[in-house]
Amino acid sequence: MSISLRSMRKDQQGKIVAVSASGQLGRRIRDMGLVPGTEFKVVGRAPLQDPVALRMKGFTLTLRNNEADFITVETED
Amino acid sequence: MSKELFVAVSGQPNCGKSTMFNALTGATARVGNYPGITVDRAEGYYRKNDDNIHLVDLPGTYSLTSYSMEEVVARNVIVDEKPDVVINMLDATSLERSLYLAIQFMEIGVPVVLGLNMMDEVKKKGIRINSQKLSELLGVPVVECIARKGVGKDKLMEEVKKVSEERKGLWKPVNISYGHDLDPVIEEMKELIVEHSFMTDRYDPHWLAVKYLEEDEIIIANGRELGSISSQLEDKVHEIAAHIKKTKDTYPEAVLADYRYGFINSILKQGVISREDNLRFDHSDKIDMVLTQKFLGPIIMLCVMFAMFYITFNLGAYPQGWVEDGFGWLSSTVSGLLPDGLLKSLIVSGVIDGVGAVMGFTPLILIMFAMLVFLEDLGYMARVAYMVDRVFRMFGLHGMSIMPMIMAGGLPGGCAVPGVMSCRTLRSPKERIATILTAPFMVCGAKTTAYILIIGAFFPENPTTAMFGLVVLSWALALIAARLLRWTALKGESTPFVMELPPYRIPTLHGVAVHTWDRVWQYIKKAGTVILAISIIMWALMTFPQLPAERVAQFDQQRQTIEQQSMDWTGTKDEINDKLSEALSEVDFAESQATLQNSYAGKISDAISPVTNLAGFPWQANISFIGAFAAKEVFVSTMSTAYSLGEEDPEEATPLQAKLAADPAWTPAVIWSVIVFMMVYVPCMVTVAVIIRETNWKWGMFSVFGSMGFGYILSVLIYQIGTALGY
Repeated sequence: MSISLRSMRKDQQGKIVAVSASGQLGRRIRDMGLVPGTEFKVVGRAPLQDPVALRMKGFTLTLRNNEADFITVETED
Repeated sequence: MSKELFVAVSGQPNCGKSTMFNALTGATARVGNYPGITVDRAEGYYRKNDDNIHLVDLPGTYSLTSYSMEEVVARNVIVDEKPDVVINMLDATSLERSLYLAIQFMEIGVPVVLGLNMMDEVKKKGIRINSQKLSELLGVPVVECIARKGVGKDKLMEEVKKVSEERKGLWKPVNISYGHDLDPVIEEMKELIVEHSFMTDRYDPHWLAVKYLEEDEIIIANGRELGSISSQLEDKVHEIAAHIKKTKDTYPEAVLADYRYGFINSILKQGVISREDNLRFDHSDKIDMVLTQKFLGPIIMLCVMFAMFYITFNLGAYPQGWVEDGFGWLSSTVSGLLPDGLLKSLIVSGVIDGVGAVMGFTPLILIMFAMLVFLEDLGYMARVAYMVDRVFRMFGLHGMSIMPMIMAGGLPGGCAVPGVMSCRTLRSPKERIATILTAPFMVCGAKTTAYILIIGAFFPENPTTAMFGLVVLSWALALIAARLLRWTALKGESTPFVMELPPYRIPTLHGVAVHTWDRVWQYIKKAGTVILAISIIMWALMTFPQLPAERVAQFDQQRQTIEQQSMDWTGTKDEINDKLSEALSEVDFAESQATLQNSYAGKISDAISPVTNLAGFPWQANISFIGAFAAKEVFVSTMSTAYSLGEEDPEEATPLQAKLAADPAWTPAVIWSVIVFMMVYVPCMVTVAVIIRETNWKWGMFSVFGSMGFGYILSVLIYQIGTALGY
């Protein structure tokens, strides 16, 4: 099912369906490899629940919740 | 001897690019700055046998767009300086993402050699990479490396020579297919570009068309200056963008990125990688389970910061003392050699003492930077930013802003100079400037002396609580000021936090040493130039105009009178001598007080008193604030001169505290007005020089006058409201 990256819990896995950000944010997201089809796992959240850390393509990436809003993912469960 | 080659070393952040650069260039590397910006430009030579290869280290970038300074610099070096070859270091543990930059170099067309770094880690993880196959598929040489051990560096240079001989400076852009929507448009735009020779002297037509589709701001701005072709190209882009939006609900640049990754994937799947490492848990994740844990993470972070702080200022105190002693020795030797007079005063008080006070910070900066570079290279700083980002964002800052704040005196005793310099770790310009401008509000070591004086005089019962309160106040003021700045002068969206948490890697000693020394050397150069000039100006302001001859004669007369009277004093020889020197020093202080009041600094103080009276500053504090611009420690020494006391040592100002406490001018409203003004009013001249270095003259001046305005408004409010309420 398709949900926003923001609502994923720790240790949940997912696959990116769409990135709806344009401009600088969109480019930063894509330059780091968050493109449709990418599989990842939520590995942690900062002490105040935000930002979130993802494990993907052999490295760990962080982004803020309001940036995660632009990313739609498909989860297994 | 063969012709000297010019080679650029590039790569994504944390890929080991700089480690390889250091291994290649050894001790020949020199760091400067790109003109007008703070991005470092490191250059050096690779020398072996007959080879003499000139290398430049490009800033680490994930891609070659025009959003960050680093990306623009990397691209401009390629386009304008036309290196013979670009070495692109790749982190083989995340090959897919690493190739994203490599593909963009190949699209520009510059000859590329790929360095596949961290092959040891790849093998440890059980991944197999067929570098031969990768080289065949991409059509560029691929060299397996372990940069930390220097493995592969000579092979890289051999390939560089081979490629440069084969290509002979010819650029061969690689054209990737961007799908049936974009390819025809790119073709049309390319024809238009070729037909009008539109910027073709600088860029490849195909690449230029792609950049227009990416809506690259710099390329488009450059294009617009050249006339109407640009608008025709932009029209085509808008047309296709609308089409893609309608049919696929996305953007051309997203399609470009998708196809680039698609191209990379298709190559990796042709037997280049045997097993992917996609979501595997590794040792860094295990460490992070502790270091970024909800409760433990922040506690460990505070301990690390406290330790850094403690080491810097306790360990640093020894070398700082040596440097100060050295300058003290120089100062006394020179004053022994020169005859009394203006020249001696200029050289000793203006030059040696002024520059010496600044050089005294050098060991602190060296130690602090060594630790900061270590933590950064280790990968810990990214975790700190990750943990505190949520809090700092509320004030318009970035998670990375915390370190400069702490260093500048977020724990009292810090120093704004290393604080401002450590802002380099901030990549986003607006948050970086907001941090640079507000970090000097913190309670630095020099301000601490002033606060100890004031607290000792007016809050003798609970000095610790008072000091703690002042530190909390300084954090509050800095964060509030940052929030205000981000709403006004530095308005704008917050920069994305899309950031990598690099794997933990123990840095190489050589790397830490090189980076630390670069920064320290730049600081020393600054101290020798700008700061020298400012300290001479401050000296002149406090020395000229000199007392009129008859006033000097009066003081001389007094001294002579005392000496003559002393002939008639009774007591032992020692008692008489003590009494005499005490009496004489009273005259000396009276003279220096008179000199100070008569000097330009004194006149300025008088001139501005109608303004500062609104904030209620006593005249002694007024003049001390002027002197304290040179260095905040001067506040205490000027106060003691102004109160005409023999205590010059700021550490031992007890009688001055008594005098302050007894002075009815210091009402509670005045005390707080002075405290807050001290905290905010202007960074010291060394800090201003560093701010100018790290930003530009405009922000340096803004920092001086903006802080002064902010401090003044706060002080006037405190004094006026406090006085009205009867305090």
